[in-house]
Amino acid sequence: MSLLTEVQARVGDFQLEVGFAAPAGETIAVLGPNGAGKTSLLRALAGLLPLERGRLVLNDVVLEEPARGIRIPPERRPIGVVFQDYLLFPHLSVTDNVAFGPRSRGMTTSAARARARQWLERLGLDQLGDRRPPSLSGGQAQRVALARAMATEPALLLLDEPMAALDASTRVSVRRELRRQLAAFDGIRLLVTHDPVEAMAMGDRLLILEQGRVLQSGSPADVTQHPRSRYVADLVGVNLFRGRAADNVVTLTDGGSLTVAGADDGEVFAIIHPRTVALYRGRPEGTPRNVWQGRAVDLDASADRVRVRLAGQPSVVAEVTPAAVKELGLDRGDTVWISVKATEINVYPA
Amino acid sequence: MSWSRAADRQHSGSSGFLDHSPVRPPLGLALLAALGAAFFMLPLLGLLLRTPWGSAWQLLTARDTLTALRLSLFASLTATAIAIVLGVPLAWIFARTPFPGRGLVRALTILPMVLPPVVGGVALLLAFGREGVLGGWLQSWFGIRLPFTTAGAIMAETFVAMPFLVITVEAGLRQMDRRFEDAARTLGAGRWMVFWRVTLPLVRPALVAGGVLCWARALGEFGATITFAGNFPGTTQTMPLAVYLALETNPDGAVVLSLLLLAVSLGVLIGLRHRWLG
Repeated sequence: MSLLTEVQARVGDFQLEVGFAAPAGETIAVLGPNGAGKTSLLRALAGLLPLERGRLVLNDVVLEEPARGIRIPPERRPIGVVFQDYLLFPHLSVTDNVAFGPRSRGMTTSAARARARQWLERLGLDQLGDRRPPSLSGGQAQRVALARAMATEPALLLLDEPMAALDASTRVSVRRELRRQLAAFDGIRLLVTHDPVEAMAMGDRLLILEQGRVLQSGSPADVTQHPRSRYVADLVGVNLFRGRAADNVVTLTDGGSLTVAGADDGEVFAIIHPRTVALYRGRPEGTPRNVWQGRAVDLDASADRVRVRLAGQPSVVAEVTPAAVKELGLDRGDTVWISVKATEINVYPA
Repeated sequence: MSWSRAADRQHSGSSGFLDHSPVRPPLGLALLAALGAAFFMLPLLGLLLRTPWGSAWQLLTARDTLTALRLSLFASLTATAIAIVLGVPLAWIFARTPFPGRGLVRALTILPMVLPPVVGGVALLLAFGREGVLGGWLQSWFGIRLPFTTAGAIMAETFVAMPFLVITVEAGLRQMDRRFEDAARTLGAGRWMVFWRVTLPLVRPALVAGGVLCWARALGEFGATITFAGNFPGTTQTMPLAVYLALETNPDGAVVLSLLLLAVSLGVLIGLRHRWLG
């Protein structure tokens, strides 16, 4: 069981170009900002958005390949979808919502209802069979949507922002429950989200999508330790730089340079954690360090830390204690000395 | 108050400084408005005042009246059924499938709403009349004669009333969340099943409203019917035609019949009030 995806599709002016492969049993979390093309990718996989080029292969069956004129319509793909807002049919009972898939795929009404009841029972929803979707809570509706998608016994399960419709108080418990249920599903799971915590919690692998393209993919640990885009760096909360390394000096693309320790020559990414950035009023003395001047553009206090955004060569975000801010007498517009130890800079090939 | 809070207030619709309290109208406006209201109410009042309540039941159950009533119900309900069978697919195409010339086809379909019904009747005669484009052919090949028959009356009513159903259902289809149809397809439903099991149930309110509107219009149809189908008691003389005729020979009967049609219209208005009246 595997999924092979080379998607090229267009929605108006928006161009989607995404390629990845996934083995059975894996949960792929597609993470990206709004408008990155996450939902379009999901619609393309489901067959609701035709490909311009590329191909989709699921379990050795070609679902779509425009070059060869192949296109299996959505209703004949072994794919289940949990939509954003769940889209439960408001005119049908919970049981009939879940029975809709089996019924559409050829079962008799009574057999489809029996199948639906099994799934409702499995997801602990057997009390709700006669209810109408508008009377369900967010968490219940999500589970019914999951039961409806699973009742067709798909090989690939697509979930579009499954938590977005829930309020914050139920999100954690529903997420735990969803993860448990997804673990029992033996096909491939693809989850689309704009919430990094959700992506890390649910995904075996992250696919970072931005402007219709994959910026990075890998395990959550790998992606967070080696961000390759401003988007991921901001999510993780680190300073990301791109440049060219030679003899342990990285010349940055956006100006400035950094002295690092133990980097291979070539195109690299460099990250600096804000907590390792030190600030001084006067030029600091001592061991070889990266020392440069910057102007405090913005101070943002949160909990026990103050984030200071500094404009300079390069610009950087520092995280210092409120006591340090007071001691420095630091305010917006002030110019300070910035220093970072070479050993605190993490460098990896671009 | 900060700007963002002012904006919040406007959005939530609570009383901000942009909301107005009721204002006393200028005298001129009030007088003209009263005149306008009277213009609608006085004729209805006249109808009520002149109704011969004592003999109303007798007049309503007279044989001629019952015949016209029965024919009217039969013709208007059949016209509504035809309008649903043909009009819903038409509305679906208009709402979902762009094709070259769609605007023109749509305009022609809606035209009877603004066309003088007599013109509609003349057009039907020219198409389906004995000398008409299709009429002669229908007559000689199949022996089917449409003008001046009950079928003709039904056709005339359908012609005039169907646009009301089409535009109401089309609006319903445009407003519905089409992602429900996507969801149904991913569950394995083909286009036809999606239409029957998802689209149609979801636009049911629009379908009911359009159907009722269409039926009311068919029930009151006069011009196209009398032109295309004539005025034969028992076969083409529907209620409005009977009212018009009775005005000369049996004014009391005309008033009672009018009152009945008025009651039906009021019923429709009350039934659909949530759609039109706040």
